[in-house]
Amino acid sequence: MKTEHPLLRINNLRTYFFSYAGVSKAVDGVSFSLESGETIGIAGESGSGKTVTGLSILRLIPDPPGKIVGGEIFFGGVDLLKVRLTMMRNIRGNNISMIFQEPMTSLNPAFTIGNQISEVIMLHQGVHRKDSIEKCIDMLKLVGIQSPEKRYYEYPYQLSGGMRQRIMIAMALSCNPRILIADEPTTALDVTIQAQILELMNKLKEEMGTAIILITHNLGVIAEMAKRVVVMYLGKVLEVASTDDIFYHSEHPYTKGLLRIIPRIDREIQPGKRLPEIPGMIPNLYKLPKGCHFHPRCSRAKEICRREEPELKEISYQHLCRCWFV
Amino acid sequence: MEEPLLSVRDLKKYFTVRKSLFSKSKDQVFAVDGISLEIGKGETLGLVGESGCGKTTAAKAIIRAVEPTGGKVIFQGRNIFKFNKREMRKLRMKIQLVYQDPYSSLNPRMKIGTMIAEPVKVHKIASGHEVIERVSFILNKVGLPSEAMNSYPHEFSGGQRQRIGIARSLILNPDLIILDEPVSALDVSVQAQVINLLGDLQREFNLSYIVIAHDLSLLKHICDRVNVMYLGKIVEGGSNKDLFSSPQHPYTMGLLSATPIPDPRTMRKRIILEGDLPSPMSPPPGCRFHTRCPIKKRECEQIEPELTDIGGGHWVACHRVDGN
Repeated sequence: MKTEHPLLRINNLRTYFFSYAGVSKAVDGVSFSLESGETIGIAGESGSGKTVTGLSILRLIPDPPGKIVGGEIFFGGVDLLKVRLTMMRNIRGNNISMIFQEPMTSLNPAFTIGNQISEVIMLHQGVHRKDSIEKCIDMLKLVGIQSPEKRYYEYPYQLSGGMRQRIMIAMALSCNPRILIADEPTTALDVTIQAQILELMNKLKEEMGTAIILITHNLGVIAEMAKRVVVMYLGKVLEVASTDDIFYHSEHPYTKGLLRIIPRIDREIQPGKRLPEIPGMIPNLYKLPKGCHFHPRCSRAKEICRREEPELKEISYQHLCRCWFV
Repeated sequence: MEEPLLSVRDLKKYFTVRKSLFSKSKDQVFAVDGISLEIGKGETLGLVGESGCGKTTAAKAIIRAVEPTGGKVIFQGRNIFKFNKREMRKLRMKIQLVYQDPYSSLNPRMKIGTMIAEPVKVHKIASGHEVIERVSFILNKVGLPSEAMNSYPHEFSGGQRQRIGIARSLILNPDLIILDEPVSALDVSVQAQVINLLGDLQREFNLSYIVIAHDLSLLKHICDRVNVMYLGKIVEGGSNKDLFSSPQHPYTMGLLSATPIPDPRTMRKRIILEGDLPSPMSPPPGCRFHTRCPIKKRECEQIEPELTDIGGGHWVACHRVDGN
């Protein structure tokens, strides 16, 4: 199978939300690329724009109030932002798939899980229901669901959170997409179940060669799963590098700050010792700071940071950073 | 040896639920099924476990926010489960609860000042201008300006709302605060601020904390002692050092192993626990953990292990651990 290089290329994506409160620039000039079979992590907190980026790739932004106002997303030689919606429907599921944060609410409670997975297969591959059942059962086996023939006829309420997330993964991978976008796939799950799901995702990635865009605020999960990391804050990319570089050679004060402040299970601490802090709070998206968006919370902020926004520059091999002082 | 501030003995809380919407027959949920713990003055005790382990129910039962089914709680020498309404009211000045979700635990229609002043008025501690002074004082203590008292919850961020929840619990000068997932709803960059605040307040007011969380990394940082719960029971308890450096129970080891580490070069061996958490309505016979245990033996399926002291205040309930 021909592997494209890169598999996905996002250039200067801008997705804004328009309301009476003003314009929220949820994603404001985001660029990165994804290679075939690679896992890239998009790390960020609330308001960083990481989820909106994922939704923009599949053009799932509700309009109104949202709109993709600029940029390009190249996949298979085509700009996804310019194709017809009918083609987008073909791409969803078959080529690019998505799983969402809350498995409790992303499954339709009124239909059996077999029905829901079959629907995906029927819709995107144009087969009849009876032909989809076998594939559906194969997928359930693949994601580790016991007695899949029985489970086919069960409803979401009969399953645990971990199992529902496995169903979501089964649905997302049933048409063998090239890219899986996973938005906080394990945040709502217990930690031992999270470990199972992450292991499953890695296993399936190996077997099916799927590239993964992993969106999460959990740096531990990123360290385990991703080969490269994109750090986002208030709609902007602040740093991009290999996972090793992000954790061991980060340059942006925000990235460095985040890594310093998270409590870690593998480090010895003196009890009662204070954690280092990032002062201040994440600003409102409707009242963005001028200049560098991070400057109000940055210990190294100077006059130029308050006035002008720095560009995303390559500071070493495949390591980009948006800061005046690197 | 100093008396513990709070001593929980064999606490039980069962819920009765109907089997289905129209059925009359009932099921029991063994949410908390006989747990014991102790906390001293100025100490921080952690209670960790996953969904359905009963940690939140235990917290509520301790202060009788839900009525316990059995056991006792000794606070400053007296069994609070025998208190009448008046005595419970007085007790609530001394033991407070801070809730999990800063977005839903503040009344959206009340001004912050009114919210924080309410306990003072209810317990008739002060009136008039003195109330405003106290509210102002406590807001400053949690790092918020006095002017905040005139605003409504929606005007604040998650981190600020959590501070307001903490202020509300502090205003009556309690001895013990139970914190249910104090930072899990907050952004990472804000969590450290709230954690540090809790530490500062503890030192200043000599507070004791019971912290309930699912995140072991957090508990490692702030707790003196940690108890691990599984399906209504405590399976292991010990000092911070003992629990994290030499965990004994296979569930504790599984939890530690499953906690992601923000380090791509980490070389630890992963223990992935198979299966799902059983329902607290039908806990497995014998050791409740046996259905997921990688080292279970025959007796684990039949006999429930007792919580045993293996030395230095380190307790484990497991047939496979030496000392049993």
